[in-house]
Amino acid sequence: MSEEVLAILMMWTFIFIYSIFGSIDFGAGFWAMIYNNHKTMAGRIANRFLSPTWEITNTFLVLLVVAFVGFFPKGAYTLGTVMLVPVSLILFLLAIRSAFMVFSYSVQGYRRTMFIISGISGLLIPSLLIAVLPISQGGFIAVDGDTQSLLLSKLLTSPTLYLYVLFGLTSELYLSSLFLADYARVSKKEDAYRLYRSNAILLGPLTLLAALFTLLFITPESRWLIDNLMDHKIWFILSLIAFLIAYASLWWPKQNRPGIGRPRLTLLATVLQYGLASVGYGLAHLPYIVYPDLTIYEAFTAPETFYSLMIMYIVGLAILAPGFYIFWRLFLKDKRYLQQE
Amino acid sequence: MDTVVLARAFFGTSLGFHIIFATLGVGLPLMIVIAEIIHQVKGDNDYAIMAKRWTKAFAVLLGVAIPSGTIVGVQLSLLWPGFMEIVGKVISLPFQIEIFAFFLEALFMSIYVYAADRLPRYFRLISVFFVALGAVASAILISAVNTWMNTPDGFKIKPDGTIYDVSPWDAFFNPSFLSSSFHVAITAYMTGAFAVASVAAFKLLKKRPERERAYHLKGLFMSLTVALLMSFVSAVSGHHSAQILHQHSPEKLAAAEGLFETQRYAPLAIGGYTDPKTEEVKYGIEIPWALSWLAAGKFDTEVKGLYEFPRETWPPFYVHTLFNLMVGIGTLLLGLAAVALAYWWFFVKRRGKPFPKWLLWSLVLSGPLSMLGIEFGWVFSCSGRQPWTIYRVQTTAEAATKNEDLGVLFLLFLGLYALLSVLTVLILTAYFKRNPVSKDMEKLQS
Repeated sequence: MSEEVLAILMMWTFIFIYSIFGSIDFGAGFWAMIYNNHKTMAGRIANRFLSPTWEITNTFLVLLVVAFVGFFPKGAYTLGTVMLVPVSLILFLLAIRSAFMVFSYSVQGYRRTMFIISGISGLLIPSLLIAVLPISQGGFIAVDGDTQSLLLSKLLTSPTLYLYVLFGLTSELYLSSLFLADYARVSKKEDAYRLYRSNAILLGPLTLLAALFTLLFITPESRWLIDNLMDHKIWFILSLIAFLIAYASLWWPKQNRPGIGRPRLTLLATVLQYGLASVGYGLAHLPYIVYPDLTIYEAFTAPETFYSLMIMYIVGLAILAPGFYIFWRLFLKDKRYLQQE
Repeated sequence: MDTVVLARAFFGTSLGFHIIFATLGVGLPLMIVIAEIIHQVKGDNDYAIMAKRWTKAFAVLLGVAIPSGTIVGVQLSLLWPGFMEIVGKVISLPFQIEIFAFFLEALFMSIYVYAADRLPRYFRLISVFFVALGAVASAILISAVNTWMNTPDGFKIKPDGTIYDVSPWDAFFNPSFLSSSFHVAITAYMTGAFAVASVAAFKLLKKRPERERAYHLKGLFMSLTVALLMSFVSAVSGHHSAQILHQHSPEKLAAAEGLFETQRYAPLAIGGYTDPKTEEVKYGIEIPWALSWLAAGKFDTEVKGLYEFPRETWPPFYVHTLFNLMVGIGTLLLGLAAVALAYWWFFVKRRGKPFPKWLLWSLVLSGPLSMLGIEFGWVFSCSGRQPWTIYRVQTTAEAATKNEDLGVLFLLFLGLYALLSVLTVLILTAYFKRNPVSKDMEKLQS
């Protein structure tokens, strides 16, 4: 494996991890707004998960940016130039959301505002984030000499963008429903579990439909991607199988006890489903970062920098691992935290 | 305004805003750690109350420090794509390690805030220690990138801009890294301590029950001790940073001092302003030989003047004023902390007299002044490097985005910063009004 391919593999891994955690994070914000004061406590459960974790998820977003600059500086140059407006909007929304998350913890009067801000930005931010995919597939960047710019009006009038957004949002809500269903089950809140489960039952097929439509209505400039995707269809077939297992397990009986569904299994199989599809998409996207102007080979960093970054990732993750373990024990496993009223 | 000026104004505003919260985010955790330690050693509950209340303030400030830090980090790529292309190749290492420091801080902050009641005491101390460690490590690592911009190292560049022969660790440990990053960390501690002193002094201005007065006096004494120590160390490290300027960025030192002619026995100009017409410092006080001595410890040291360098690479003249303000504030605060502690020792502790009003009012101003000193220092460091973004490698104009949509976005973010500032003040006052220190004391007794 060449250094460039290793670097893009790391990048895709980070993007994948963030898209899972980001979906759960923003989705939980949305559900906390919808089920605020709901009798099942579904909203409170979403918020209980969100309070201690959003900051870690936010750090992961910064990690994505930093890793991209370090691995593919030329890519940072191109995307930094063309993404000025959409990314600035993301930053703006993110700042308001983060601030209110913290403020509402200190002063109760801000709770309602926080739920609304976090719920709405929980839909807007992911919609803006996913716009980077259609842009990277080509057709939305004008090159004039050595200046590049985003064709904003072309992007905003393109159905591809909206189908991607639809796919992103349904996936976000599906994943967060599944996660919260599992979280509710661990918290022994069976009513909230059933609520999130029924959301997931509705959303699951919608994500598949959205994905299908996204591919069907792809722009002519992105035809190259479809051809490549066809070469890697095995990953999508495996992904579909994972989906079917996940979806079916929503009806499997609970081990040894009455109750329906195995949310932990559903969640893991769904993560696997998205992981397999991401591998297929990532392979098809090679060697381009932005089609057709920028490949991973042109954008790659200095090799010496690449190796010291790799070493530091290993060292850093090894040092942080116990911290993440303690965190997981305290907020995702500890019954004293989960089962409070 | 042209795009480059607009990009500088935009980024400068974002950074200037973030610095306030980031500095307190480094300074306050140290105070919390010290209070927790004193509490565990002496068993005095007042220190546990302090730690609790400062943590509350710190958590609110973090609510702005995190998003504003995210903004600054991402805006680097949006506003300075040309710069980040070189950064990615040469100096991305500290950025990346900083993420781990950021994770450390975020993990243990959540643990300290949301799981405190489920943790044994010693583990709370460990958590807050890691928060403090993560915060200061972030500051040092981010400063590493700035020091590299001032004294770039660890790579070679061809005339066409191709970068080769990169050595990331040499870039990291560039000539000004240790001295400047240390200065950043120490001045953040100094500002955190003065900020606490400001609040304690403000509380002592009003008549209060003896019990509360004793509490605030303890806070004032503790913060002043830390402030005095940190002011002294930051003066020494600032002096060392100036010597590094003499060695590695002579035009910056010359502009800071308004020195035009290269000379031995160079004088130090304090105050005044650099007149662009006559090219000299007007209305300043000149101390003969002092600059030569400060630059390298000898009176006959030759200090380079601005005439030594091409005019188009001169930093703006106003950096002389910024430099004076930074050094002046630092010196003033060092003196103030010393006077206040001496007064405490001779009159408050021994004779039971209260602090006089004038001294308390001066102390109230110390926190904001210290913060101003830091802001002046950053503006000095960055505008003193002009016209370069990376000293003698890349100009600011080459680094800036070519995108012309900056104006509206700048206004949008100005509004955001104004909103967040107002909300922060509102929330802090609302919280501490509803939870006065007397309430915390009662809670502890019951």
